[in-house]
Amino acid sequence: MLFTSYSFIGFVLLLALVYYLAPGRHQWKLLLLGSLLFYAFSGPWNLLYILTTSLTVWGGALAVEKNYADKKARLKELKKADLPPDQKKAKTAAFKKKQAADLKRIMVLTIVFNLLILAVVKYTNFLISNINGVLGEGRQLSLLSIALPMGISFYTLQAIGYLVDVHREVIPAEKNYFKFLLFISFFPLVIQGPICRFGEVTEGRLFAENRFSWKNVSFGLERILWGFFKKLVIADRISAAVNTVIGDTSTYRGAYILFLMLMYTIELYADFTGGIDITIGVAEMLGITLPENFKRPYFSQSLKEYWRRWHISMCEWFRNYLFYPVSTSKPIRELTKFSKARLGKDLGRRIPVYVSSFVVWFATGVWHGASWNFIVWGLLNWAVLMISEELEPLYAGFHKRFPGASGPAYSVFCMIRTFLLVCFMNLFDCYAKIGEIISLLGSVFTVHNYGAFFSGGVMELGMSGTDYVVTGLGILVLLAVSIYEERKGSVREMIAERPYIVRTLVWTGLFVTVLLIGAYGAGYDASQFIYNRF
Amino acid sequence: MKKRSGIIIRTVITLAVIITGLALLQRLLMPKYVDGIVEGAFVKEYYQEEKDHDVLFIGDCEVYENFSPKVLWEKYGINSYIRGSAEQYIFQSYYLLEDALRYETPKVVVFNIQSLQFNEAQSEAYNRMSIEGMRWSPSKVGCILASMKEDEHFIEYVFPILRYHSRWKELKSTDFEYMFKTKPVTFNGYYMRVDARPAENVPKGKTLGDYSFGENAWKYLDKIRDLCAKKGIDLLLIKAPSLYPYWYDEWNEQCEEYARENGLNYINFLGITEEVGLDYNTDTYDGGLHMNLSGAEKLADYLGAYLQKEYGLEDRRSDAHLSEVWKEKAAAYDAEIERQKELYGIE
Amino acid sequence: MEELLEILEDLHPEIDFETTENLITDGILDSLDIVTLVSEISENFDIAVSAKYITPANFNSAQAIYEMIETIQAEG
Repeated sequence: MLFTSYSFIGFVLLLALVYYLAPGRHQWKLLLLGSLLFYAFSGPWNLLYILTTSLTVWGGALAVEKNYADKKARLKELKKADLPPDQKKAKTAAFKKKQAADLKRIMVLTIVFNLLILAVVKYTNFLISNINGVLGEGRQLSLLSIALPMGISFYTLQAIGYLVDVHREVIPAEKNYFKFLLFISFFPLVIQGPICRFGEVTEGRLFAENRFSWKNVSFGLERILWGFFKKLVIADRISAAVNTVIGDTSTYRGAYILFLMLMYTIELYADFTGGIDITIGVAEMLGITLPENFKRPYFSQSLKEYWRRWHISMCEWFRNYLFYPVSTSKPIRELTKFSKARLGKDLGRRIPVYVSSFVVWFATGVWHGASWNFIVWGLLNWAVLMISEELEPLYAGFHKRFPGASGPAYSVFCMIRTFLLVCFMNLFDCYAKIGEIISLLGSVFTVHNYGAFFSGGVMELGMSGTDYVVTGLGILVLLAVSIYEERKGSVREMIAERPYIVRTLVWTGLFVTVLLIGAYGAGYDASQFIYNRF
Repeated sequence: MKKRSGIIIRTVITLAVIITGLALLQRLLMPKYVDGIVEGAFVKEYYQEEKDHDVLFIGDCEVYENFSPKVLWEKYGINSYIRGSAEQYIFQSYYLLEDALRYETPKVVVFNIQSLQFNEAQSEAYNRMSIEGMRWSPSKVGCILASMKEDEHFIEYVFPILRYHSRWKELKSTDFEYMFKTKPVTFNGYYMRVDARPAENVPKGKTLGDYSFGENAWKYLDKIRDLCAKKGIDLLLIKAPSLYPYWYDEWNEQCEEYARENGLNYINFLGITEEVGLDYNTDTYDGGLHMNLSGAEKLADYLGAYLQKEYGLEDRRSDAHLSEVWKEKAAAYDAEIERQKELYGIE
Repeated sequence: MEELLEILEDLHPEIDFETTENLITDGILDSLDIVTLVSEISENFDIAVSAKYITPANFNSAQAIYEMIETIQAEG
């Protein structure tokens, strides 16, 4: 069920109605029922995957908690026990060691098992095609036909994050399996995140009794409508041209590649954040608060800042559950000692950081998609981040010498520079083959079709003049709203304070705009969420 | 207390304004079918009629372009109406008949069986043209459900604005002009053309792998037959003399057999063109696909005699009210002939 | 505490760590700084700071970091 389908709209409205009519203590059960139905809609057999993951992780977390409880009780016992001190100490140490080993076993088994499921459904074919590349002609293995269960990349990470949080004693383990299942399968989240933490959604009232509130419902609907605007008026209109260019690499080179980088970057933002707006809006309508996943990332002044503002939940996941564990792990600690001894204090202490980041960006790339272009994309990000880290002193020196070069103009310059960098790296999102990407990048300089492009070529990509005008106006609205939110705060709150007639006009106007101008229905193919098969 | 009722009144007024606005917008955006392609206007036009017909035709272009109800009236006193629409699929014929029978019970229903060859809907656009004009009733719901292709949505029939929203780009002055009124485009469902283009080199049909009609198509023919039987209406099956799309002998045999088994009459006009007096040089306007005025009048003449003879339809020309109605219609009909003659430069 | 402040100042000489709070919430320390910091702390205080301890609350001020070190030392 796409977010932009009639069935989704109908489903949400119906669920919201039943939700608010139901007694409060049953509300979360309704959400679970709705979520399972929604998931089954993508193929009933897919439920097996999500049930397996939720069961094993739920059980794993309970085992972790039991391990802690046992440890506490037994240590207390040992403390009281009437034993000679040295024997007591030895027993305590042995017991601690055993408990730690048990704990490790639970964690490793649960995490590896679930990552294996993800790996098998998502990466088997990638592996096979790489092996085939090595084997060469004539001895090819055949690819498997496994359909990727909906949202598996997202809910697997979410489940693992929960387990680690229990392990770190950030949260207690959830005793009720069905509540945990709702956390893993909550329908607005399951397609494309945000990847939430259990503590966040509990605090966000996922399991709470939520009475009908006009503010929640109207704010939720407004947010959903805004998401539809981004997706249908901007993203799905652009996607026609983007797909045309991507679809034919022999015709569309040179100028088209620059066009593609720009358009795809806009489309990706409008599509992905629009989807997240719908997710958060649906939850808000039901009285549930989900964490924000974007903070106007294209206003970032550096790539580092960008990754704090784009797909925030994913970045935090990788930071919390991969970067910190890796960088504090024993091998890295040893590497630190080694490199400090050999390379001096300054460089020596940066090396381990770079190695850990490398692991994280590699994993981020792999997570985005089972092919080399995503891996290269991840490593490119890593390289740029590390280089700018190295250049930091240089920048600092520059600003010391030219204190004038830090006004608003310089900020805008940095924003544009970062935006262009993101545009460039997004090209690795568009094509699967690295060789092709390099050749297309080269064509920007070698193929001189800029004249032909502007004198008509741009009109033949599936977007008419009207489409460009409409998209352009849509982007302007989006930009104006973003600037307001960057400087002053929530646009919805601002509008809510205006007189009734103004409010009504604004939201009705947005509704009619989406209704009329949105690229949906026959003739248009509401393209799938770009993120939803990850 | 006062505040609360104020809010309610405010909300009601707002909703009323918004809904009215959207309804107007929907009217504006829907295709009007008053110029160019007029076929989309046929189905709706029926409701403006006085519903007292002796004969009702159902079917696709092979009925609405090939028979002139005016001749049936003037020569035989038969009051008839053609409930035709472009590429009307057999299930649509059934539901359009069911819909018409809510208003009247004719004595004879004439069904052109060429749509048996389509087991399911082929084109979303044709679905739209056959269904949209229907008034809401269980028949319309049934018709939509039976017709929808995989990527169609019921809700887009309920709120056609969802289907036509992007027409804001191509609105014309007629879209504003005909928001609240319609222009008659047929004569009792008959779509007139006076120009002629001889039939030459009609291609022969390609050999098919399987000549049997689909199960769904047969099901709806049975339903048409049962519906007529239940209402005491005689059902006449015909195949109009259109040379193309090709009408296979194998198809014809199946129709003959069906008629025989069910005690129905079946006329294959392709086999009696000489008796009817058809001349494919002068009686078609598009090389044999459809009849022009001359062809349609000849066919109506033949059919009128047949209907009178076979089903004993009475001559109602003495009915003062009907005569009055038809006098007006004939005048419009003649005026249209003159208009088209001028348009096509025909003497 | 002195030792910790030295490490911090070595990392960001421009910040006065004795008075500054919200090191994380204001984005003064990013994840790379934290990892460097953790490895320095581990070395100088001879403790293993596992990922479990890396939370915004534990790193928001010099005082918080110091308390964290004491906790880890106490746990042994």
